[in-house]
Amino acid sequence: MQKEYTVTVYTEDRIGITNRITVIFTRRGINITSLTTAETEIPGVYKFIITVLSEREKLDKVVGQIEKLIEIHRAFVHEEDEVVYQELALYKISTKSLQNGNIEQLIRDNHARILTITADYFVIEKTGHQQELIDMLKKLEPYGLIEYSKSGRVAIVKWSRRFHDHLKELAGKDADNFKTTNS
Amino acid sequence: MQQKDVLPMKTEPSDKRVTASPAPALNITGAEAVIRSLIAEGVETIFGYPGGAIMPIYDALYDFQDQVHHILVRHEQGATHAAQGFARTSGKVGVVFATSGPGATNLVTGLADAHMDSTPMVCITGQVGAALLGTDAFQETDVIGITMPITKWNIQVTRAEDIPGAIAKAFYIAANGRPGPVLVDITKNAQFAKFDFQYKKCDYIRSYRPVPELQNEQVEEAAALINSAKRPYILCGHGVLIANAEKELIALAEKAQIPIASTLLGLSAVPVDHPLYVGYLGMHGNYGPNINTNECDVLIAVGMRFDDRITGDVNSYATQAKVLHIEIDAAEINKIIKADVAVHADAKAALTALLPKVKAQKHDEWLQSFREADKKEEEKVTRKELYPTEGQLKMAEVIRHISEKTGGHAVLVTDVGQHQMVASRYYGFKDPNTNITSGGMGTMGFALPASMGAKMGAPEKEVVAIIGDGCFQMTLQELGTIYQSEIGVKIVILNNNFLGMVRQWQQLFFDKRYSSTEMINPDFVQIAKGFYIPGRKVTDRADISAAVDEMLNHKGAYLLEVVVEQEDNVFPMVPSGASIADIRLE
Repeated sequence: MQKEYTVTVYTEDRIGITNRITVIFTRRGINITSLTTAETEIPGVYKFIITVLSEREKLDKVVGQIEKLIEIHRAFVHEEDEVVYQELALYKISTKSLQNGNIEQLIRDNHARILTITADYFVIEKTGHQQELIDMLKKLEPYGLIEYSKSGRVAIVKWSRRFHDHLKELAGKDADNFKTTNS
Repeated sequence: MQQKDVLPMKTEPSDKRVTASPAPALNITGAEAVIRSLIAEGVETIFGYPGGAIMPIYDALYDFQDQVHHILVRHEQGATHAAQGFARTSGKVGVVFATSGPGATNLVTGLADAHMDSTPMVCITGQVGAALLGTDAFQETDVIGITMPITKWNIQVTRAEDIPGAIAKAFYIAANGRPGPVLVDITKNAQFAKFDFQYKKCDYIRSYRPVPELQNEQVEEAAALINSAKRPYILCGHGVLIANAEKELIALAEKAQIPIASTLLGLSAVPVDHPLYVGYLGMHGNYGPNINTNECDVLIAVGMRFDDRITGDVNSYATQAKVLHIEIDAAEINKIIKADVAVHADAKAALTALLPKVKAQKHDEWLQSFREADKKEEEKVTRKELYPTEGQLKMAEVIRHISEKTGGHAVLVTDVGQHQMVASRYYGFKDPNTNITSGGMGTMGFALPASMGAKMGAPEKEVVAIIGDGCFQMTLQELGTIYQSEIGVKIVILNNNFLGMVRQWQQLFFDKRYSSTEMINPDFVQIAKGFYIPGRKVTDRADISAAVDEMLNHKGAYLLEVVVEQEDNVFPMVPSGASIADIRLE
C-alpha cells in the first residue's frame, strides 16, 4: 500500500551525490515529494531527508541500493510515526491587507509570525506539518497572497540513541580531500 | 517498533590502514602522473583509443612503453569488453583509455556490462578543459552524469594534484568488495598542469566497507539450517569465482553430500565432471537443476543474485524451501527472493567458517533424483543435440568437438544468444575462470573483443570465442586489433543466418512471424582474410572434427565459420515469466 515515508541518508560532501541518490528512486519510478539536505553537525557529512509516497518493501530495497553507494554512510526508511518532523513555509502578503483586522488574529491563532514588513508587502513564517501549512495558505489567500514558499521536511528519528556520537567518530577518520569543484 | 540503539557507520577502523609509496617525482604533468599511478597499481596492459582530450596522456604513455603495453582497439566499446575479458581471466583490474565525447559515450555498453557482471575495471577518459565544462564545447559530454548509474563509482578530476588520489581510490573501489567498473574523467588542463607527484595506494574509504565482517550468529544459523536439511541444494554463482572460493564450496558440498548447480556466470567454478555437480540453471539450463529447485528443502545460494533468467516466476520459485543466501552485497539480500537465513559476507570467508560446523551427511536418494532427470534430458534433448547423424550441423556438436579436443581446459568466451546457451550447456568446463560471457546485460558483440582481453590475461591458455553470425557483425572490426597486436584467439562463428534466439521466440511465441531476424551474411572467411587472419568454412559434418583440429593446431589467430542448422531451437526452455517447474524439454 502507498504511504508517506521519510528516507534519511547520511553522505559525504561530494558533487553529484544528490544525483546518485535520486537516480535510484527514478529507476523504480518513485516520485520524490520533498527533499531537504544540509550539512550535519560534523563538517563534511551531509544529511538528506527525502519524503516519498511508496511501499515499504520497495523502499527497503531502495535504501539498500542507496547505502551501497561508495559515498553514502548510512540510509534509513522511516514510517510516519517513527519521526518527529517539521516543515517551514513563508507567505508574502500585500501590506494593504494589514488594514484588515482579521489577519493579526489569524497569525496568532496559527502560531505564525511576521518576519519582515515593507511598505508594499510583509512576510509571514509558519512551521508545522504540510497540511497545516496548506491550511494556512488557504486562509491567507483572500488577503492578497503575492508569493508562497515551503521547505521540505526536517526530521528527527524517535528511536535514535547515539547518532551524534557515531557521527563524531567519523570526524576522527580522514575524508579524502578531493577538490572536485572547478578552481 | 524495533529499537535500534546505534547508528553504526559502514566505516572500518582506521588502524587497518597500510601504505606503500613508490618514489615521488617532482614537477611532472598530470598526464605523466596518470601513467605513473597506473604503474604503481601494477598495470601492464591498457586497452584504449586516443583522441583530442586524452592526447596529453597518450603523449606521456610514449615514454613508458617499456612498462605498459597499450592495445589499440578499433572502437572504444571493444576496449571495455577486452578489459572485462582481461579482468576475468587474470583476476586483475582491466584498464581502458578513451577520449571525451564520443570516445566516452562508446564506453557506456561495456561499463553497464561490467557493472551487471561485477567485473573490476578502471576507465580513464579525457575531458575538455575545466574552463569549458558545461559550455557544450567540442567533444564535451557529461560522462559523469551519463555513467553514474552504470558504474560502481566515478569522479571528475580538474586539478593535476588530485589525479593520484583519484586513481588510487578508483582501483581500490573497482577491485574490492563486489567488484565493478569505475570511471575517472580528467580534464585537459589537469593533464597539462605540473605538480610534485607522490603515490599512495588507497586501502580505506570512511564511507565504504567493501567486505562485511562475518557474523558468527549468521554462520551458526546457516549451519543449523544445512544440518537440518533432507534435500539441500547449492546454487553456485559468480561470487564463488570472484572470492576464489571454489575449493571451499566443493569441500562443503562433499562433506554434506550436497548437489551443486551453477548460474551462467558461476560456470567453471566446479568442474563439470565432479560427482556432485548437477548442471546449469536458468531459462536454458538443465532439466534437473531447474525442476529440483522446486523440490529441495534448503536452497543454499552462494554469491548469486536470483536473476529473473534463473527464477522464472518468483512467486512459484522454491516456495517450499528455506533459503540460505550467502552474499557480499547487502542490497542483493532479500531483493528478489526472501532469505530465511542470510550470511552477509565474502563467499570464501562464509564457506570456510561453515565447513567445520556442517555435519557429514548422505543424500543419496536426493542426488539420484538429479540423475533421473538427467536421463530424461539426455533422451529428449542432449543425445540428439550432441550426436546427430543426419541433417545440418548442430551448434551442440560443434561445442562437443571443441570441448573434447581442448579437454575442457580452454577459456571459452561466448557472445549472446542461442550459441551462448548451447556453449554454456555443453562445454565441459574443468578450470575456474574459464567461462567468459556477458550475463546480466546480454551484450551482443561482447565475445570478440572480450576474447582478446581474455587471451592477454591468460596467455598460456587456449582461448576460444564462440560467436553467432549476428553478434560477430557488431564488433568485427576488432579483427584489426587481433591482427595488429598478434592476439592468438580462436574464433568460431556458429552461423545460422538468423538472429537465432529472437527467431526461436518468434517461432514459439509470435506465430513464426520472423520479423527482421533473417540475416544475409557476408563471407566471414574472406573478411578474416582481409585482416590477414586465416580461416575456414565448414558446412559438412564429415569435416568438423578435422577443422577444429586445424584451428587448435594453428599458431595464432584463426577463424572457423561453421554453418549450422537454420531453424534450430535451444531446449530445455523455461518460457519467459513461467515457473521453472514448467520447463519444456521440447
